[in-house]
Amino acid sequence: MEEKIIAAIIVSAIAFFAIYAFTPILIKFLQKRNLTVKDVNKSDNVMIPRPGGISILIGIVASEITLYFFFPISEILAIIITSILGFSVGIVDDRKTMGGWFKPLALAFCAAPILLLGAYDSNLDFPLFGSVKIPSLYLALVVFMIPITGNTINSIDVLNGVASGVTTIASFALAISLFILQNYEIGLACLGLAFASLAFYKYHKFPSRIFPGDSGSVMFGATYGVIAIVGGVEVIAAIAILPAIINSFLFLSSVKKIVEHREIKNPTSHTDDFKLKSTNDNHAPITLVRLLIAKKPLSEKQICNEILKLSAFSGVLAVITTFMMLVTI
Amino acid sequence: MNVKIYSFIFVMWVLIIIGGGIVVEFVGPISLSEDIEPMITSGIKVVLALFLIFIWIFTLTKIKNWIFKSQAKS
Repeated sequence: MEEKIIAAIIVSAIAFFAIYAFTPILIKFLQKRNLTVKDVNKSDNVMIPRPGGISILIGIVASEITLYFFFPISEILAIIITSILGFSVGIVDDRKTMGGWFKPLALAFCAAPILLLGAYDSNLDFPLFGSVKIPSLYLALVVFMIPITGNTINSIDVLNGVASGVTTIASFALAISLFILQNYEIGLACLGLAFASLAFYKYHKFPSRIFPGDSGSVMFGATYGVIAIVGGVEVIAAIAILPAIINSFLFLSSVKKIVEHREIKNPTSHTDDFKLKSTNDNHAPITLVRLLIAKKPLSEKQICNEILKLSAFSGVLAVITTFMMLVTI
Repeated sequence: MNVKIYSFIFVMWVLIIIGGGIVVEFVGPISLSEDIEPMITSGIKVVLALFLIFIWIFTLTKIKNWIFKSQAKS
């Protein structure tokens, strides 16, 4: 147990301080090279450096490699490789805007290390009712899981601090759940993700000093997805990111096809005091943000806080679900 | 506080738990005669799982439309 506590402290510290220290350097580097984008929700022409995914890559990979030295198991190796592949897919999209199908298809291939290393258990665990063994179907689930989590976190990255904030809350909830289920090694890997996203949130929160870009948000999602699979906590992981899943669900049920979010009509517009209000365009998709501002316009900061509160609520539901996993009726 | 959106998340959570129960208790144990290919049994399970997902999405779409319309009206 002592070794696990030491590993927890070291992994968390590396994940947090690597990003905390490297991100300001990355911000200056990106500004110098003019790699910036306009923050569309600010009244003045604020240009924000992007992508911060490089910083996230360093933090997550450094912490997970350290963890691998403590516990050299195939599951942690699968997390490292899938995270790097997720980052690679995102950075391609950062450099050159790809079509709507690119990310889901490319992310499906990112699941290959999980399958090749055999880092999964084909039982799907449900709360209260036990588990169901689905060997063939589970392979399909593994292939679908990474695109789902990668795109889900990517599509909620619309306001300052939301992607990193949602990932932080969901990862801490998932880490707690893994510890409750006594899956300590994967719990520690999840703790690495939680502290990495927390450190990035410091620079990404309103008003943002850097954007994660597709490389950062897709990597957050891919890492979260692979942890859910190798930890055998797929259902709990899905519950912990329900606000992000709702956002994707609302988007898909409105648009009814897979498209890049840049290709669709903006579901929000601005008031004179630059609050966000729901657009009058009936053809624009209903997203989580549009649902939140359907009643009255809100400032960007207010919307971010609302989404983070919804994430905290989902995190609590995820932990409750974990306790329900320990009971079978 | 957007009570309706919190309720939406809560309903999703309940549907996940109920759906899981149906999968474990009814869909998972389905087994046809030994003469029948296991792939056919798996196919039937997939169809049933997809049917459950269809009901899940249909229910949530109805709730989503109701929330959006009621939020926009108020």
